[in-house]
Amino acid sequence: MKTEVHALEVHDLTVTYHKKPVLYGIDLAVPTGNLVGVVGPNGAGKSTLIKSIMGVVPMASGWAEAFGQPVNDVLGRIGYVPQRESVDWDFPVTVMDVAMMGTFGRLGPFRRAGASERARAEEALERVGMLPFAKRQIGSLSGGQQQRVFLARALAQDSDLYFMDEPFAGVDAATESAIIELLKELREQGKTVLVVHHDLQSARDYFDMLILLNMRVVAFGKTEDVFTTELLQKTYGGRLTILAEMAEQAAKVPLEKIHKDHS
Amino acid sequence: MFGALQTALLASLFLGLSCGLIGSYVVVRRMSLFGDTMSHAVFPGVVLGFFLQDEKNPYFILGCALLAGILGALMSGSLQRTTRLKQDASLGVVLVTFFAFGVGLHSLSPQTGVSSYLYGQIAAITDSDLLMMGGVSLLIVCAVALLRRPFYVASFDPGFARNLSYPVKVLDSIFAFLLAAAVVVSMQAVGVVLVSAMLITPAATAYLLTDRFSKMMMLSVGFSILAGMIGCLWSYQQLKTPTGPAIAISAAALFGLAFLFAPQYGVLAKYLRRRQQVRQIRRENTLQSLYRIKEQRSDGKRAVTLSELAQYRRRSPSHVLPELFSLKKVGLIESLSGRDVWQLTMNGEQRAAELIRNHRLWELYLINEADYQTDHVHDDAEKMEHVLKGDLLEALEKQLDFPTADPHGMPIPDPAKTSVLLREGGQK
Repeated sequence: MKTEVHALEVHDLTVTYHKKPVLYGIDLAVPTGNLVGVVGPNGAGKSTLIKSIMGVVPMASGWAEAFGQPVNDVLGRIGYVPQRESVDWDFPVTVMDVAMMGTFGRLGPFRRAGASERARAEEALERVGMLPFAKRQIGSLSGGQQQRVFLARALAQDSDLYFMDEPFAGVDAATESAIIELLKELREQGKTVLVVHHDLQSARDYFDMLILLNMRVVAFGKTEDVFTTELLQKTYGGRLTILAEMAEQAAKVPLEKIHKDHS
Repeated sequence: MFGALQTALLASLFLGLSCGLIGSYVVVRRMSLFGDTMSHAVFPGVVLGFFLQDEKNPYFILGCALLAGILGALMSGSLQRTTRLKQDASLGVVLVTFFAFGVGLHSLSPQTGVSSYLYGQIAAITDSDLLMMGGVSLLIVCAVALLRRPFYVASFDPGFARNLSYPVKVLDSIFAFLLAAAVVVSMQAVGVVLVSAMLITPAATAYLLTDRFSKMMMLSVGFSILAGMIGCLWSYQQLKTPTGPAIAISAAALFGLAFLFAPQYGVLAKYLRRRQQVRQIRRENTLQSLYRIKEQRSDGKRAVTLSELAQYRRRSPSHVLPELFSLKKVGLIESLSGRDVWQLTMNGEQRAAELIRNHRLWELYLINEADYQTDHVHDDAEKMEHVLKGDLLEALEKQLDFPTADPHGMPIPDPAKTSVLLREGGQK
């Protein structure tokens, strides 16, 4: 029996890539109103976790719910900031065009954007300090500015739950502190934010809760509880190499054979 | 019903609308090879359409061509899924195979009229062909108008399209179908071999001219129609040239114009910007030289002769003179005696001090913070002095704790004080 509805609940999520498991039996229950960091070594599946919850990458098994409903049904309440490398920055769009995309969720695929949408996009750009660049083509911006534009698009979505894939990658120090201030602001408004992050040092200061990930959830909880030498060593120490190795071996075994062995 | 010229113009219009719209997506999604594959893959369908019916039936040919195109798209898709082939190789395999089948089938039982689908022949387009083309291009225009937003978002950021609950895979399939339809609309005018030129070239031309996708689509349609009309008229005047090459060459000529003269991304604009930069840097270097010559003197005399300056810059006086005149024009220097004796004005003094400060600050930074060798820093500073400004300059000064001398012991001037000193000195 559920006593409270979690912002995000993931049950037994497994993702495979070319039959090799990337994530293995992930269980999560993230309470509403937290700033949650997803940390782990390279190839731990941090980005894959977000992508599979969003449905960008298919799940091999398991399910994900947001606010007690299947993610698919509540995508309108979720904001997604993909990795900066995932788009072509030479694409003929301006900073304003990208921010306007944040308003498309409420507009639906067909309704025209009006003055109120424009105002919302402008306000979002203002909040990240990118309004003066509104007419610039996005490729002419610095890495930090590009990340701010992505963030403005997410703000214009005005979601309750955010997934951000490495928003701090390749940004300058000023942008990093501006982003973290913004994330804290979102948390004050009762929103839940999941951030893929690769810098362990700052993760401790930035986030209320941490998901220590390495194919499996090594630990999940309040930052002060899980930021321990023992757990971090378990996450980064490569003790799970045997699991990865075996998973790779198993991927090569034809499916029928496994069934036969089981019977 | 339609005269030859009317047919040509209508065909250009239909072709321009279809290829211009679809082509814009093809270019920004980097699907050029997909478009090429699709256009070659429809050919066996065309041949079969002729083969199976005694009389040429445009709708039957349309159906066969679409089927062949879709089959080609599905095959290359499944090649990618089941093998380790990447997109380009799997498309390439399908492209040549389908086209070879078409040519082979045609040689087995040559049907008159097939060759006009190969290279395009506007004269062979009948009224019923034209009606079919009009209908299909209308369908394409309506579909793109309706699905504009999902297509646009999915082209830019598929992950975000998923966030907006757009069915990305379904959209991709619809797009592949529309692409096949655009090929079918254009193949009689341009020919299957060159249809991809119409899918790519006009949209590529538009891409060089704008930073907005909606504008790019409109320009792309405009260039397509224009290229179609020029090409049709050309081949109409000179019946020996098949329409396809004539249209493709017209499109390429338009592209060439944009490539050369586009205001932002054209080579001419880039060249002019570059030349302006080079001139600016030369002027600034001359300005600095005047400052440095003065600095090296013990008597503090400010006037510098032309020959002194030329010698210092290691260039002939005739090279230096134009720079001096343009510096004079913007009030940074003044002439004391015709073209022979020059002196920095108050503003010139300040600007020169800024450049010198930048140069010396950067040298200091490289040596102190980046551990450069002392003899390595000058060339780098020659570049940086012209671009250093704003926040970064402030940060640099702060990090070096507002130094007053560079690593070679030369003073780092404070431009604000320079002009004040000068003003006081002038009053004396």
